[in-house]
Amino acid sequence: MIRLATCSLCGCFGCHMSFLDMDEKLFDLVEKVEFDRSPFTDIKSVGKCDIGLIEGGLCNEENVEVVKAFRENCGILVAVGACAINGGIPSMRNHFPLEACLAEAYLDGIGIDHPQIPSDPELPRLLDKVMPVHEAVKIDYFLPGCPPPAEAFEVLLEALLKGEEPQLPTNLIHYD
Amino acid sequence: MKTIHLDGHEIPFEDGQTVMDCALAADKPIAHLCHLPGYTPYGSCRLCTVKIDGRFSSACTQPAREGMQVESETEELKEMRLGILRMLFVEGNHYCPSCEKSGSCRLQHAAYNAGMLDPHYRPFYPKREMDASHPDILIDNDRCIFCALCVRASRDVDGKAVFDISGRGLATRLVVNSKSGLLVDTDISVEDKAVHVCPVGAILVKGRGFEVPIGMRLYD
Repeated sequence: MIRLATCSLCGCFGCHMSFLDMDEKLFDLVEKVEFDRSPFTDIKSVGKCDIGLIEGGLCNEENVEVVKAFRENCGILVAVGACAINGGIPSMRNHFPLEACLAEAYLDGIGIDHPQIPSDPELPRLLDKVMPVHEAVKIDYFLPGCPPPAEAFEVLLEALLKGEEPQLPTNLIHYD
Repeated sequence: MKTIHLDGHEIPFEDGQTVMDCALAADKPIAHLCHLPGYTPYGSCRLCTVKIDGRFSSACTQPAREGMQVESETEELKEMRLGILRMLFVEGNHYCPSCEKSGSCRLQHAAYNAGMLDPHYRPFYPKREMDASHPDILIDNDRCIFCALCVRASRDVDGKAVFDISGRGLATRLVVNSKSGLLVDTDISVEDKAVHVCPVGAILVKGRGFEVPIGMRLYD
């Protein structure tokens, strides 16, 4: 069995939803792969895997830790979706200082009771800027899209499961 | 009839035509962004770089000459174009999922055709100001690639000279010809050609965002 891990970092889980849009193809897939850490299994730490799919960019210290753990444990690492590839929509906060973002969300925004910046030690600290995952680790393949279409996941996984280089046809390349 | 050779095809040209002009006329398009037929060649995006008799040159600015050997779709040039597109993407802020021009954007379309899956480089995330001062027209400088099509359209077609490109290198910016620097203080109008030539989503008509459904856009 091929072991597959997935995670959603600074993303919206839309890529995972698109993955599930493979619908009946998932039956064929689960014959060949076993899921390790993934929102689908709720396993919290990544074990030795053949393939890792990363959704979302890097916005906090935990994201960096997770992507490094994936790199250490996954033979092939794939950046999935706009956020993992270029920061995506969350990186629009890069226009503003982090302090201003926190103030808008937790101090000055409309309808806020008990304004305070969350400081629980369990909360990972935010990075100054949202970054694509290839800024922290080496990425082997990229699957663009917001989200990538289900067919793109099929093309990618079919090739990787056969041990071939994935070749995404032009009609499956989308940035939106 | 005079001809050039483009990737082994014999292509006719008339005096005064550029390599790009005759390639487009022969339906052998060379990738381009800052070029638009009928406009003065500008040669800024370098996407149309070809090899002419062994030397690199931009097809949009190079006049066609009898017997020219032009290479365009070679692995070397495709790799260079991919590099140019990646640099254009990381130098601006191209958030395709939230852009009204997505699906009809020539930068995006060129990148799809070049097979660009990732930006490769570290994104710059430059800080650029938006100009939403005009009631009908929006300038989102995040998306500007400095092709100067709006500059040429405003100057040469509309006869107004509303836009120009200012600064050098990373400080290059699209500027507006008014005392305040704001679009609202110019005589631009929504019918002007300059408003409609932008290849990306930098100049948009307000109130028309996401008018065309996904799947029916220009390059879907």
